[in-house]
Amino acid sequence: MGAGVLILLIICGVAFAGGGIILSWAIAKRSTNLVKGEPYECGIPTSGTSWIQFNVGYYLFALIFLVFDVELVFMYPWAVVVKSVGMVGLVEIVIFMFILFMGLLYAYRKGALKWM
Amino acid sequence: MNQLLEISFSSLASSIHSWLSSAIANATILNVVEMAIAGVCLLVFLVPLCFVLGYMERKVAAFMQLRLGPNRVGPKGTLQIVADTVKLIFKEGLTPNASDKFLFNLAPIIVVVVSMLVMAPIAFAKNFQLWDLNIGVLYVTSISSIAVIGILMAGWSSYNKYSLLGAMRSGAQIVSYELSVGLSIISIVIMTGSLKISDIVMSQADGWWIFKGHLPIFISFVIFVIASTAEINRAPFDLSEAEQELTGGFHTEYSGMKFAMFLLAEYINLFVVSAMAATLFLGGWMPFHIGHWEAFNHIMDFIPSSLWFLGKTFAIIFIIMQFRWTFPRLRVDQLLNLEWKYLLPISMVNIILVTIMAIMGWYL
Repeated sequence: MGAGVLILLIICGVAFAGGGIILSWAIAKRSTNLVKGEPYECGIPTSGTSWIQFNVGYYLFALIFLVFDVELVFMYPWAVVVKSVGMVGLVEIVIFMFILFMGLLYAYRKGALKWM
Repeated sequence: MNQLLEISFSSLASSIHSWLSSAIANATILNVVEMAIAGVCLLVFLVPLCFVLGYMERKVAAFMQLRLGPNRVGPKGTLQIVADTVKLIFKEGLTPNASDKFLFNLAPIIVVVVSMLVMAPIAFAKNFQLWDLNIGVLYVTSISSIAVIGILMAGWSSYNKYSLLGAMRSGAQIVSYELSVGLSIISIVIMTGSLKISDIVMSQADGWWIFKGHLPIFISFVIFVIASTAEINRAPFDLSEAEQELTGGFHTEYSGMKFAMFLLAEYINLFVVSAMAATLFLGGWMPFHIGHWEAFNHIMDFIPSSLWFLGKTFAIIFIIMQFRWTFPRLRVDQLLNLEWKYLLPISMVNIILVTIMAIMGWYL
């Protein structure tokens, strides 16, 4: 089947989700008024904009995530061959993990993993 | 009898293929027709699957709380979820005035498309896969992480503080727990030496990894189930849609069919995650065999491979559904602590153990 499956699945998904939404749009009763379009927040008008700055903590976690995600990508090819490479592979991954673990420990000591 | 056993999904597919190739001469058209058939089959499989999961979720919830659950529409309430779907179709799909309308309407479609894309390399039965690509598990991890974009898109475009908060929490949660999921998957890749799903299933012919992998693989199985529960935003990790504090999280502003799409994507993701757990650790469609008990193994072989696969998948789904009613919801700091201070270091050490085991050959 090959990569054509990807196109198939994308078409399937779009047809399914889009089809459902369009079907509902076509047959459901619609009405508009001013209050209906307001953000859903307890019934009183929202104060200020909703697109606000959010906590810097999210960015910190995103940065640490990036480091470990790249690590994960490096580990996939290693994981495939490690059984045939043997002890050398093990020693190398221990060194690699040690460096990463120090990184995690550093982030922990600096308080990057503490929320707020 | 033997001939009856030969009938399987793969033989069905190959007979359809040979019939079609005799009917249609042009190779391109043949391909397109086959693709269309596969697509229709997939949709026909997915919609009842979501209905079953929706019904199962309510019944499990009722069972856990000593209630009856849905029991009015249809026999034993089985048609309740169909009635709900019809109701959702007739609901108006609101778009708030201040929202980013294009992204707001795009988000549910992206979430559904992503959850469908992950289905591609899953082995449903013996020789029955949409696409057996050579980097199967890497494909699953990479595609499933796109889902966070759909969720962030939904939260951001709604122009609602609840939605934005829910989406940001969900983003932090999904990317964090992805690491543990990835490391658990890597522990299986180390044991099999292949990223191909069919190779991983075949490597479990003489015993599932959870049995022959001893303690380290069992630890990675537990971590995989916990982290996947977090990745698909299910309770107790459902902070992103915590209804008591954020009304609905990232889908607060969604209604009607667009809301149904998020629900649908959640169920498909639940299925995919459980199917991955079943494939990696519980042997996929491999029947349960015990060493040299020939008679027992032979009886087990009589159960079709698709039933084995679905049985294992639904067992894991049942466990994940029970989590919802067993554990209280975590706070956001507890959630990130659990991942970064417990699960991630444990799985890193576990990888080393698994590597030693694989090199020394300390498995069956």
